[in-house]
Amino acid sequence: MTKATSTLEASKAMSESHRIGYPKFLFRSLSEATDGSFSFYAWMTALTAVALVGLNAWAHQVADGMILTHMTDHVSWGLYIANFTFGVGLAAGGVMMVIPAYLYRHKGMHDVVIVGELLAIAAIIMCLLFVVADLGRPDRFWHLIPVIGRFHFPISMLTWDVLVLNGYLLLNLHICGYLLYQRFLGREPNRRWYVPFVLLSVVWAISIHTVTAFLYSGLGGRPFWNSGLLAPRFLASAFVSGPAFIIVTLLILRRITGSRVGEGAVSLLVKIVRVTVLVNLLMFVSELFTEFYTGGAHAASAEYLFFGLHGKTGLVPWTWTSVALNLISAAVFLCPRIDRRTRLLAFGCACAFVGIWIEKGMGLIIPGFIPSTLHQIVEYSPSLLEWKVTAGIWAFALLVYTVALKIAARVLSGEMTIGGTQARA
Amino acid sequence: MNETSDTPEAPVAASAGLSRRTVLKGAGATLGAAAFAVAASPLLPTREDHSFDEFIQNHYQELTDEQLAKVLKRLEQETLEEYGAEVTVRDHRPLAGVKFGYAISLSRCNGNAKCVEACHKENNHDRATNQSYIRVFELPKGTTNMDEGRVMYDHAVPAPDKYYMPVQCLQCDNPPCVDVCPVEATWKEKDGIVVVDYNWCIGCRYCEAACPYHARRFNWKKPEIPADEINPFQSYLSNRIRPQGVVEKCHFCLHRTREGKAPACMEACPTGARVFGNLLDPDSEIRFILENKRVFVLKEELGTQPSLYYFFDA
Repeated sequence: MTKATSTLEASKAMSESHRIGYPKFLFRSLSEATDGSFSFYAWMTALTAVALVGLNAWAHQVADGMILTHMTDHVSWGLYIANFTFGVGLAAGGVMMVIPAYLYRHKGMHDVVIVGELLAIAAIIMCLLFVVADLGRPDRFWHLIPVIGRFHFPISMLTWDVLVLNGYLLLNLHICGYLLYQRFLGREPNRRWYVPFVLLSVVWAISIHTVTAFLYSGLGGRPFWNSGLLAPRFLASAFVSGPAFIIVTLLILRRITGSRVGEGAVSLLVKIVRVTVLVNLLMFVSELFTEFYTGGAHAASAEYLFFGLHGKTGLVPWTWTSVALNLISAAVFLCPRIDRRTRLLAFGCACAFVGIWIEKGMGLIIPGFIPSTLHQIVEYSPSLLEWKVTAGIWAFALLVYTVALKIAARVLSGEMTIGGTQARA
Repeated sequence: MNETSDTPEAPVAASAGLSRRTVLKGAGATLGAAAFAVAASPLLPTREDHSFDEFIQNHYQELTDEQLAKVLKRLEQETLEEYGAEVTVRDHRPLAGVKFGYAISLSRCNGNAKCVEACHKENNHDRATNQSYIRVFELPKGTTNMDEGRVMYDHAVPAPDKYYMPVQCLQCDNPPCVDVCPVEATWKEKDGIVVVDYNWCIGCRYCEAACPYHARRFNWKKPEIPADEINPFQSYLSNRIRPQGVVEKCHFCLHRTREGKAPACMEACPTGARVFGNLLDPDSEIRFILENKRVFVLKEELGTQPSLYYFFDA
């Protein structure tokens, strides 16, 4: 009896402390997010400015219609859906830190795994914004909400995507939020409250990019997308672009903090990318062989993509840039001791990132529509407004990522605790 | 005044520096909020007073008779206010024992495109883009390869060595466009017509990507039609003026065909190439054609099972 009362009291005291502790955590996070060096302010101001330009462009698009984009009934998805697709890969790529950290208990990775989890959060937010930007009627967004709208589940793959993307966002918000809050309180995190979620997030990460590939590969009327290899290719390229972005993040963090943070993580990520970059190229070659050796109408989109069709060559420069960048990045990653040559490594990562941004973006979406289903060729290149909206969404996502990393770094280094915020050393 | 070492990077927490930082932060936040308001301002002018009713309107299939009556009235009012035209918007339900089918004779069609024009007028399409649900392909004789087809041709028809193939929504029995819609804004009715609730569609255009026949159109902007050119006989699921940002498609002129009339494209066809009718009626002309002529459907291998057939007369 007494024991029961004391547990009750303890849990009462605990919830009491959360009622004070959690708002404190949020408040400190907010002040951390708006406080920093001159270069921090400059970076945040620049991102805010670009995000506002994007917001303004989107507001015009909503008011006057999507006629302001260069999309047509022939090419009915463009730059927004291209970036959405790439962004899902970026979000899934973070799992390449989670697997070594939690499944193989890699010490170096475990210390910085939150960098990957926060990337997942920022990238998913970016993806959701790109979907909203692509809607003709964003005011009817509530039609997509289960129960109050009409959710066409499980038939429409888009409803699956809504579920897996939002689920992945919530999972990562919980994992990061819980771990940071416990560290803020100075407590040891309870494994029961995060390890099951981390393991679930590993499976979930695979699912988000698989489901996104199924959006396209399930369409019988679009031979370019209608391939069983699409989902595996999505994953292979995600496991190049995601780790590449994280490596660059870690290199920047190392520079800012002047410490050797994430050194072990970088060399492991390099080892991972060495494999995935080759797997990605292998699948790419395999698909190309099937297209071009068979030929005929099935290969028309690939022909347009690589060489142009009937004199229309809009995507050809994009494609060869992407191929070149992917080959360069593969060569860079295969260099011995590349993890110590940080400049070259950063260059290789940038090549991989941009190469896959094209391959899984414009290079994937646009040829699906060219030639159109009744074999007409109408080309597409994004309008200035589409570029503005796209830049705005990227800037906003980078803003979220910067703030999240800054708070996490301060909490994990023990500089931001419930006891008070220590001055920087 | 303490202005000795106040560079922004200086981490020394002198009290004067702190308060100045707070002031700067406040100014920055205010400026940011103002910039946000300016950037988002194009969203502000709500187009009409009905927008709230439109916002909360339920899915067509869930509207009670009373709610539907109100919606139809509101749509008529909107058309009057925005287009200056008095119209009636009705709700035509499928008829019992009817499944519509369409057959087009490739031997008779000569590419005059009267059907395209009739559709344009009947269905209140945007005048500026010359929109229509029908496109007529001109193909060289001796091939069915659509690569060789042309939609834009501007010469006397029929041209020698060419044949013509009108394409519109095939009202598939297994429609990929309906499967992919995330909000059930498009569905297949009992009489076989695939319809769109223009007030429920969110404009994601997944259906446009899924359709193998380029049958769907998106309203990239608000349709423009002079008041005196508006067809006032309208229906909720068919030819009422569509809002900006939603998808539309051929609906077999359900506001006519569900009243026993012919679709506008068939009525306009001067060659008699078009045959429309009830597939469930064994004595109908369309049944005769399907049973006695050489008939094919587009992209049969995709398994979409179209209700629009092509046939040869000779």
